Amino acid sequence: MPEAISIRVNGAPLSVSPGTTVLAAILSSGISMVRRSVSAEPRGPLCAMGICFECRATVNHERHIRTCQLLCAPEMDVRTDD
Amino acid sequence: MINARKPSPHSYDVLVIGAGPAGIAAACSAAESGALVAVIDSNPRPGGQIWRGETREHAHTREAQSWLDKFAAQRIEVFTSTEIVDKIHPGLLLAQSNGAAREFAYKRLILCTGARELFLPFPGWTLPNVMGAGGLQALVKSGLPIAGKKVVVAGSGPLLLAVAAHLREHGAEICLIAEQSPFQRLASFAISLLLSKTKFTQALAIRRKLSGIPYKTSCWAIRAEGRDKLESVTLRRGSKIWKEPCDYLACGFHLVPNIELASLLGCEIRGGFVRVNQFQESSVQGIFCAGELTGIGGVDSAIIEGQIAGYAAAGESARTAQFSREKRSAAHFTDVLRRTFALREELRSLATPETIVCRCEDVQFSRLQSYPSWRAAKLQTRCGMGPCQGRICGPATQFLFGWKPESVRPPVFAAPLESLAQAGARASEQAVNQ
Repeated sequence: MPEAISIRVNGAPLSVSPGTTVLAAILSSGISMVRRSVSAEPRGPLCAMGICFECRATVNHERHIRTCQLLCAPEMDVRTDD
Repeated sequence: MINARKPSPHSYDVLVIGAGPAGIAAACSAAESGALVAVIDSNPRPGGQIWRGETREHAHTREAQSWLDKFAAQRIEVFTSTEIVDKIHPGLLLAQSNGAAREFAYKRLILCTGARELFLPFPGWTLPNVMGAGGLQALVKSGLPIAGKKVVVAGSGPLLLAVAAHLREHGAEICLIAEQSPFQRLASFAISLLLSKTKFTQALAIRRKLSGIPYKTSCWAIRAEGRDKLESVTLRRGSKIWKEPCDYLACGFHLVPNIELASLLGCEIRGGFVRVNQFQESSVQGIFCAGELTGIGGVDSAIIEGQIAGYAAAGESARTAQFSREKRSAAHFTDVLRRTFALREELRSLATPETIVCRCEDVQFSRLQSYPSWRAAKLQTRCGMGPCQGRICGPATQFLFGWKPESVRPPVFAAPLESLAQAGARASEQAVNQ
């Protein structure tokens, strides 16, 4: 069994299996709204394939990262919109 | 003047864009012919959508296993998490990987950029937990636990069945599958599957996995409800309208090809797909296309086209003759798929005036109706001007209003400024040198 990866989602620690995308980690932590739209609607992922940009979040202080295209790495810091 | 760095480009005989089944087959065939081959993919791992999450140790099908083995055994350079941003000049592409720019030079190019789902706007489709059918499947393959969740699968296409079967295997409770296409058309589709032993066996296997799940034809979601996330879906079938409580709505209306890069490179598009000859070569000499780009035909077709493109691009055109019979039958299947899952008129009236059509810029249906073209609507409303660059709302407005897609402008994907500056500097340098 490969070792679990520890990340933080909005400050809360989360342990995921290797190969988990950041988006899957966000959703499995119980969050369904990843960002707010330009008119402040809650949004979650649509395509999960890097096309729609609905899953963008801040990863390691870098904004607008498509989390569906990124694998979790140790100590990653992930922030979604409030 | 921006002073960009000029790293020497990676240079290949055959460059393949996309590491799904078509791209893997193309790369293997070209490498087998002795060409120096590289494959670029925007995903963190090769496999594309259908083989997402499959590894050589853990492959779902014997076919995936054998191709992934071949792919690993050949001398092929693989660049994952890498995305093409722009063309610098014929034979040289600009890519970005984790924000850093990278150039790729090639003698022959094979585009295997696949397809995305077609999404049609309906009230509530922007609520969290309403997602694509392939989208939810991709998430589950990427680590999202789905056990015990109630899922409504809706839209159109054979993908709905594969998705429902996959989600059920992972413990989801599938409430129902709503297919917009009528029963008669699906019945003739089922009969056509009898002509292919493999397809028929696959269909039977899926059928077994779905036993007990209602498969409703001529049925579609008309509304998704919930406060901050999805709570229920309202469906219609004939005059019957009912509400289905659920955790997820997995909804996609079959597939549209990712033709943006092919368009940017000047390949002729006909009827929404790249036109290719018998060697999968596009109207631009030296640029080949394989897989869903040339017609939505599924994995078997993608593998056949990939091999043809790979051999042809490596200068071994004679070896493509062995595929001519398979290619004909794949083309027939593509045609059957298109007819079976053609979208019904009623879906054009799902959106209400308040329904958001462009999710990036939150443009409502009522603001778009009066425009004659996508260009006019873009200029006035910003529809299609957000980060997805119209990839989601473009095909939707094409279906809703009959608007024609516009020519593609770089960057092909929203790119960090550094990559763009570099492309600009290189392009002007080229112009000066010519």
